[in-house]
Amino acid sequence: MAAADTISAPQHYLQSLGRWSAAEIAFWLATLLPFFLFPNYLSLASQIAITALFALSLDLILGYAGVVSLGHAAFFGIGAYSAGLFSKFVWGEPFSGLLVAALLAGIAGYATSFIICRFRHLTLIMLTLGLGLLAFEVANSAHWLTGGSDGLQGIRIWPLFGVFKFDLYGYTAYSYSLAVLFLIFLGMRRLVNSPFGLALRGIRENLVRMPAIGAASRAHIRKAYTIAAIVAGIAGALLTQTTESAALESISFQRSADVLVMLVLGGAGRLYGGLIGTIIFMIARDQFSGIAPQYWYFWIGILLIAVVMLLPNGILGGLSKILAQRRRK
Amino acid sequence: MTEIALSTRRLDKNFGSLVVARNIELNLPKGARYALIGPNGAGKTTLINLITGMIRPNAGQIFLGDEDVTVLEPQERVRRGLARTFQINTLFPGLNALEAVTLAVCERHNIAGEFWRNIAAHREAIDEAHEILLKLRLGDSCYQITRELPYGRQRLLEIALALATRPKVLLLDEPAAGVPQEESGEVFEAVASLSDDLTLLFIEHDMHVVFRFASHIIVLVGGAIFTEGSPAEIAADPGVREVYLGKRKHG
Repeated sequence: MAAADTISAPQHYLQSLGRWSAAEIAFWLATLLPFFLFPNYLSLASQIAITALFALSLDLILGYAGVVSLGHAAFFGIGAYSAGLFSKFVWGEPFSGLLVAALLAGIAGYATSFIICRFRHLTLIMLTLGLGLLAFEVANSAHWLTGGSDGLQGIRIWPLFGVFKFDLYGYTAYSYSLAVLFLIFLGMRRLVNSPFGLALRGIRENLVRMPAIGAASRAHIRKAYTIAAIVAGIAGALLTQTTESAALESISFQRSADVLVMLVLGGAGRLYGGLIGTIIFMIARDQFSGIAPQYWYFWIGILLIAVVMLLPNGILGGLSKILAQRRRK
Repeated sequence: MTEIALSTRRLDKNFGSLVVARNIELNLPKGARYALIGPNGAGKTTLINLITGMIRPNAGQIFLGDEDVTVLEPQERVRRGLARTFQINTLFPGLNALEAVTLAVCERHNIAGEFWRNIAAHREAIDEAHEILLKLRLGDSCYQITRELPYGRQRLLEIALALATRPKVLLLDEPAAGVPQEESGEVFEAVASLSDDLTLLFIEHDMHVVFRFASHIIVLVGGAIFTEGSPAEIAADPGVREVYLGKRKHG
């Protein structure tokens, strides 16, 4: 028996799973490159960071708990409109706007989680799709509040810390989005390596066994769903604040579907999958839409088919498999 | 008088016109090792599903100790000390053995909802999980992902997961099902080495194993208790042999 104050081998093993790798550090350092290499693309970089945060929130429920959603944009949209309305009717201070958006999206997530936690598979896909469409039409019809298809007018965001203005070059926007993304990523990283993260993986791996080990799976799912809604709401609020606009597009089915595609492309259930998938998807959209604006989904379609056929666990899943095989040799 | 760990009163269950449990009365004294035998389709697994709450009875009651648990959710029964294993592996294929058992321990300690702290901070839970795995001789494969474990080891992991809930009563549904006969002894050795305070009810088809490990045998036929008694009594019962082997004397 090892001495009482030394770390036991199994504990050491579990601790090592949460250790930062060189590739991770390199990834986050690389997120600073746009400031130096592509200063003209900072607005795009900011949009990517925001969408990556949205993909991260979907990864928590889909990749970890196995809860599929085709209506996740509902929470993104609630966050986007909350932040917009807050700036219009209360004040334009961005951090308080983020908090309000997080709170409202969290309440919506918590309320719907009671339905979500009871279902799986196709029923769940249809349910989330239905809830997403519902949210869209509410935003669409509440013209007096949201501006409907004209978008929300009159959003004014104050400078960050009262100093840094949200300008056309996107310097502030990208700094702000990237900082929020990184902080929430740290939290998520902590979460997936926590006892709760393990419980979510248990739900994904075998929902039938969970009650037999004394687990209240539904409570776990409700909690995860609420957290995911909060993060999605923050992402939506970031988009409103950095672009000073909120439109129906933020709560549309298209956004729900796109984020699912990004996550599946990159690889669900590994945090970085959503980030990588978002980068590839959004850069591809930017480049392809320059060539043929109407048909750019054609290429995304081909990419998606190729990835799910050849790399069932996404691009990152494929990469880690190749690396593991190399290591074995 | 010995303390009763698990009992049922007049338990009934039918699916439409098919009766799967009829007037089942069980009384398992604390520390007892009961075998549940009977031909295929006798309702043995159904009885375990009823006791653990995975299906609801049409009538009757289930008691864990003195407490009526008939209407409790399965996970609430587990938390009160009633655990089971599955005839067909019901594991977490993508988790390794250590993670799976640690998860079960965390659930028992009520820390599985904790999302703000790294799991490695819960040393006591991890060490306990590791000890359970060592006890079942899974120590050298505890970092191996479940779906890649050899089948016999997966059967042991079934038991390890149930033990992690620290049960008072453990229901084993054919723990050695599918394990080659020469290795099935290993599974039952592991079962036999469990604490004497643990009350066991196991389903098993191999009569050598049943007579070796059971202190009491219940014979289930057509959803009802056909007879019960000590291994010697059951062995001497000509009726049991008849129904169990499905042979009927003609004439």
